[in-house]
Amino acid sequence: MALPVYATPLERIWRYTYLVICVLIFLFLIAPILIVIPLSFNAEPYFTFTEKMLSLDPSGYSLRWYDLLLTQPSMPTDVPRDAAWWAQVWRESVWIRAAKNSVIIGVFSTLVATVLGTIAALGLSRPEMPYRRLVMAILISPMIVPIIITATGLFFFYSNPCALLNWTGLADQCGRLTGSYLGVVLAHATLGIPFVIITVTATLVGFDQSLNRAAASLGAPPTTTFFKVTMPLILPGVISGALFAFVTSFDEVVVVLFVAAHDQQTIPRQMWNGIREQISPAILAVATILVIISVGMLATLEVLRRRSERLRGVSPT
Amino acid sequence: MAELSASSVGLTTADGRPLKAALATAQQRAKRRAFLLVLPLLAFIVITFIVPIGQMMHQAVYNDGFSANMPRLAAWFAEHPVGTDPDESAWQALALDLQDASAAKTAGQVGTRVNYEMSGTRSLFTSTARKAKGFAPPYRDAVLAAGAKWDDPVLWGTMRQVSRAYSGNFFLAALDMTHDPQGNIVAMPEDRQIYVNLFVKTFLLAGLITFTCFLLGFPIAHLLATLPLRWSNLLMILVLLPFWTSLLVRTTSWIVLLQQQGVVNSALVATGVIPDEGRFQMIYNQMGTIIAMTHILLPFMILPLYSVMRPIPPSYVRAARSLGATSWTAFRRIYLPQTLPGIGAGSLLVFILAVGYYITPALVGGASGQLISNLIAFHMQDSLNWSLASALAALLLGAVLVLYWLYDRLVGIDNLKLG
Repeated sequence: MALPVYATPLERIWRYTYLVICVLIFLFLIAPILIVIPLSFNAEPYFTFTEKMLSLDPSGYSLRWYDLLLTQPSMPTDVPRDAAWWAQVWRESVWIRAAKNSVIIGVFSTLVATVLGTIAALGLSRPEMPYRRLVMAILISPMIVPIIITATGLFFFYSNPCALLNWTGLADQCGRLTGSYLGVVLAHATLGIPFVIITVTATLVGFDQSLNRAAASLGAPPTTTFFKVTMPLILPGVISGALFAFVTSFDEVVVVLFVAAHDQQTIPRQMWNGIREQISPAILAVATILVIISVGMLATLEVLRRRSERLRGVSPT
Repeated sequence: MAELSASSVGLTTADGRPLKAALATAQQRAKRRAFLLVLPLLAFIVITFIVPIGQMMHQAVYNDGFSANMPRLAAWFAEHPVGTDPDESAWQALALDLQDASAAKTAGQVGTRVNYEMSGTRSLFTSTARKAKGFAPPYRDAVLAAGAKWDDPVLWGTMRQVSRAYSGNFFLAALDMTHDPQGNIVAMPEDRQIYVNLFVKTFLLAGLITFTCFLLGFPIAHLLATLPLRWSNLLMILVLLPFWTSLLVRTTSWIVLLQQQGVVNSALVATGVIPDEGRFQMIYNQMGTIIAMTHILLPFMILPLYSVMRPIPPSYVRAARSLGATSWTAFRRIYLPQTLPGIGAGSLLVFILAVGYYITPALVGGASGQLISNLIAFHMQDSLNWSLASALAALLLGAVLVLYWLYDRLVGIDNLKLG
């Protein structure tokens, strides 16, 4: 939006001031994320740019912090990096183990959240759905309720998951869910569900229900209609919901702090330790990797959004 | 509609049923089908979310640390009204219970429970329990020989209070109140009132963060909404990238930027703006919490504002200008009122999220930047007073649910948009 020709000088000045303010705010948004990338290649254990870095001297940069992520203090440093060394890294590095845990927990919780969430979103977008508003409010609430409250509740629940049955006298103590993968997966699925519901119902708003009726009138059973007609059309929404759910799990630390044991340490949990104890530039190396992952996710999401708009015939406004 | 229903009275379906009844059955079936699709998820959420929160609420009013381990004394309190002086049967109950507690190693639990209401008593329970094996009648003298403090009527009053598993004491404590020895509800001594102040501080800080988010978010949303789509989509990436970046990464970045040996301070020193010994303390205090949380919550303000501003036609403002309004008047009277739904939606969302924030204050808040969530975590993990943590969490939950209800009324949950 260019300035109109009738703008007064004062308005021109204000216009440029406004643009400068906007640039500064964008800088505030993006600079903290970008700053970690060059700093993670710092050759010195500092959190600021050294003079060598500023003069672009190659000796001011190094990969030592990335190297530190792979190795363990207990591992010998002078051995050749052959297949056996890499195998040991794969087994023993705390960060690799944390990454494995994050991926396992993330994938399973995303599966649960996406399958249950998509089915529920189909029901919620039908005009006949009773108590729609209330049910929706309940399903979205895990996103609104402070995470510390959820974590506290889950801690009590997981310590004795059969407390409800105890009250009714149906069962006694039946194990615990604290310190188990299942417990963390269920909790993360719960936290991811609101995102799946929101994105999939948003996709279904523009969905032409007569397509389903057409399929039915041509003799397709409901499951065929779903997989051949509905699913391909809402798939972009489902995938972006799944991405949201995965990121929610991949970034979650409070529930892990409360209900997970040492075996289920995830990347954010490991970062939490790193920040609380002695923050080292190795954290910045992890942060850089995570920033790159989130750029990839954002790009995927953008592609999906465009594809969804094209499929549904919604022209970009 | 009225005409239609009147004329359809006599109509029947092919198999002879009245059309109205057939329609009602079909609608009923459609309702049931829609609900059945939602049911699995609803059941899942109830089990993994609603039930745990219910258990937490239960914990807030239930603590059997005393009643379960001191059954005889709890029974004696139940049988004798308030004000009864402890007789020999009471002392006997106390002595025998302490013997059992000593054998079962639960005296510490009992002492901890009493200690919540009356500090300095935990050691009395543990030390007396160690000597409890040798207790013999008359029990009063035996117990008093183990600890002279047992004769304190205040202690007996406190034990009576905690002898019931269910009590509202933890809610009272969360509101900085307590029982006096006569059983009346009174305010805590001034120097022990922390929770109400912390609630107030949490709300004030959340309000401040919401306001700074609005101040920073409004210009950006306005710019994005008025630029050609090609440009605004590109700039939107700058808003969405922080949104998609890990919370811990963003918090780490702020530590790196703001700490005393960090980028901002070093740059200021290098350019000579401040001397080396005058480095600012910008993190590990309230300021750190405010800066980092504003950054993290800003996209939640920009996105709803943008989705409201985008469809506002620019012709309204132009019309106002052509009728003689200055650009400020046109903005204030024409543009701003049209963005109010977005301002309301964004502000409420940011406020709700800020009130319950935990991770960022815990990492960059230092001592002064802690919010109520951090205290809940402290009582869960360090002081292990789970009932008090639950009572505080229940109060916070109540506040958040009121705000959530308000959000649903004003904005509608359906209008929640992500990206």
